[in-house]
Amino acid sequence: MKLALGPLLYYWSREDTLAFYESALSWPVDVVYLGETVCSRRHLLRLPDWIELAEKFADAGKQAVLASQTLIESESDLKALRKVVADRRFLVEANEWGAVRLLAEARHPFVAGPTLNAYNPDTLALLADLGATRWVPPVEMPRDMLASMPVPAGMETELFAYGRLPLAFSARCFTARHYNLQKDDCQFRCIEHPDGLVLASREGEDFLCINGIQTQSARVMSLAHRLDELKAAKVDLLRISPQARHTERIATLFRALLDGTLAPADAPAKLAPLMPAQPCDGYWLGEAGMAWQPERHLEEITP
Amino acid sequence: MPLLELICPAGSLPALKAAVDHGADGVYLGLKDNTNARNFAGLNFDEKSLKEGIRYAQGKGRKVLMALNTYPQPDTLPRWHKAVDTAADLGVNAIILADPGLMGYAVRTHPELRLHLSVQGSATSYEAVNFYRERFGIRRAVLPRVLSLPQVENVVKNTEVEIELFAFGGLCVMVEGRCLLSSYACGDSPNTFGACSPGHAVRWEQTPKGMETRLNGVLIDRYADNEKAGYPTLCKGRFEVQGETYYALEEPTSLNSLEMLPEMARMGIAAVKIEGRQRSPAYVAQVTRVWRAAIDSVKRAPEQFKALPAWMAELAKVSEGSMNTLGAYYRPWK
Repeated sequence: MKLALGPLLYYWSREDTLAFYESALSWPVDVVYLGETVCSRRHLLRLPDWIELAEKFADAGKQAVLASQTLIESESDLKALRKVVADRRFLVEANEWGAVRLLAEARHPFVAGPTLNAYNPDTLALLADLGATRWVPPVEMPRDMLASMPVPAGMETELFAYGRLPLAFSARCFTARHYNLQKDDCQFRCIEHPDGLVLASREGEDFLCINGIQTQSARVMSLAHRLDELKAAKVDLLRISPQARHTERIATLFRALLDGTLAPADAPAKLAPLMPAQPCDGYWLGEAGMAWQPERHLEEITP
Repeated sequence: MPLLELICPAGSLPALKAAVDHGADGVYLGLKDNTNARNFAGLNFDEKSLKEGIRYAQGKGRKVLMALNTYPQPDTLPRWHKAVDTAADLGVNAIILADPGLMGYAVRTHPELRLHLSVQGSATSYEAVNFYRERFGIRRAVLPRVLSLPQVENVVKNTEVEIELFAFGGLCVMVEGRCLLSSYACGDSPNTFGACSPGHAVRWEQTPKGMETRLNGVLIDRYADNEKAGYPTLCKGRFEVQGETYYALEEPTSLNSLEMLPEMARMGIAAVKIEGRQRSPAYVAQVTRVWRAAIDSVKRAPEQFKALPAWMAELAKVSEGSMNTLGAYYRPWK
């Protein structure tokens, strides 16, 4: 099993972003996703910057993947997408079907991102046929559904295994709305919230997390304690989603887990102090995503 | 190519008849299970009522479009296939699909069947729309409620696929097909279960602090005595962000794009869709009547078109939350 560092979902200063990736060059991850997938207005790093980073990661012996934008609205979004596809050196993560069309047309291999909604074997087979060499299931997919998916030969399965879950996308920017700003004049206030902006119920229960046009879970999905179930479900890569602090330590813990030097049962206690919020693992169990039941073990998959 | 066809919701046979009788060019409907995105108890059609609905609508020259717009899953795929077969066998005018795998099945099995891309397919660019066109020959696409009108026009100009827009009714603030808020809170999402904030997870409770609505235990909203309590659709609740309590995602508001009809006609929008399969036949009748009159007026004399106050008043009466918005069609909404 391999470790992947997912695309940075937040907006950080250029300095912080570059420092994060400079440091990540030496982290124990095998794959690194680079690029802006959330908001086209975010501009502190442009495609040439991401490509430069991709080259550095490739030189460091890691697989670099250029991740494309999830919500395409304008002609300039498409222009940006075409540029990502035009660079033939790196694998590309497609996060909507327009990108799939362009990549298939260019005969360029790609990663089928989690928002392509591959929920069944026919759609997965189609993606393989179009050039996908890896897929990321929708983050809500339960273990039982994943285990019953016949994955096409040669295709890897990468699972979102750690981080605040990307749950929804909108044309509206909720961070701008919070500051009573219009999106076109958002003043890039999301930069003030490097782990997003928590939305709580009126009883003070942390519920969701606002990240520009994206809505995330407030809770942090963590499947580290379920390593055996992940292996049995034939997951090939675990995706760790970047957070403002401690991402290196989290990656190191996951590496120890894969190396067998950290017992899965000990993972929750080790990870808890590194999380910006409470954990959850409900989706994997086929329940509400926000549920957290580390003690509950799924029965073995019967072939 | 059609222009501004009026497509109305039919959650039941009486609603279908109301739509047809009041001037819908077509109705859309689904079966009584999770093969469509309005999987609520008491709604939708079995084979018998579907046959009768098709007979009634097509007998008056109107179309029946069947929504099979959730995402089939490995163990239940045969149910979606059977639903496609049923639609083809009974002679619906088109099926509305979101899942590419299911489109493949439809094309292989029923090549003559007309395919529409559902809003749940999340296609927001012409590149995405053209993907489904090339691969599966889709004839129409329903766009998610996220594009501004100029962005919609850019899609229209760059595809031969007919474009259908949501015109009136409940408003998803998120890109349809890309929203898992409901399953995060209660385990069931529109993509797989066919419902957002489903009834089984909803609780209403009168408390000393006011009427509280919950979804799987999460407090979605609390209403003072003088406020009308709404259904706890979770993106329309009041939440706290940095100590401020407000409708953090969207107000309980409803889309009304009627005043944009001349623009839509000019840019060649093939059809406008009224949301509300979960609403009553009386709602369908009232909304259909107003939109029929408005579309006829636009087609007669687009330059002179005015959204009559009587129409707007009629529509305001039936809007959810009694508030209207132009949604993303009007850029500042974003």
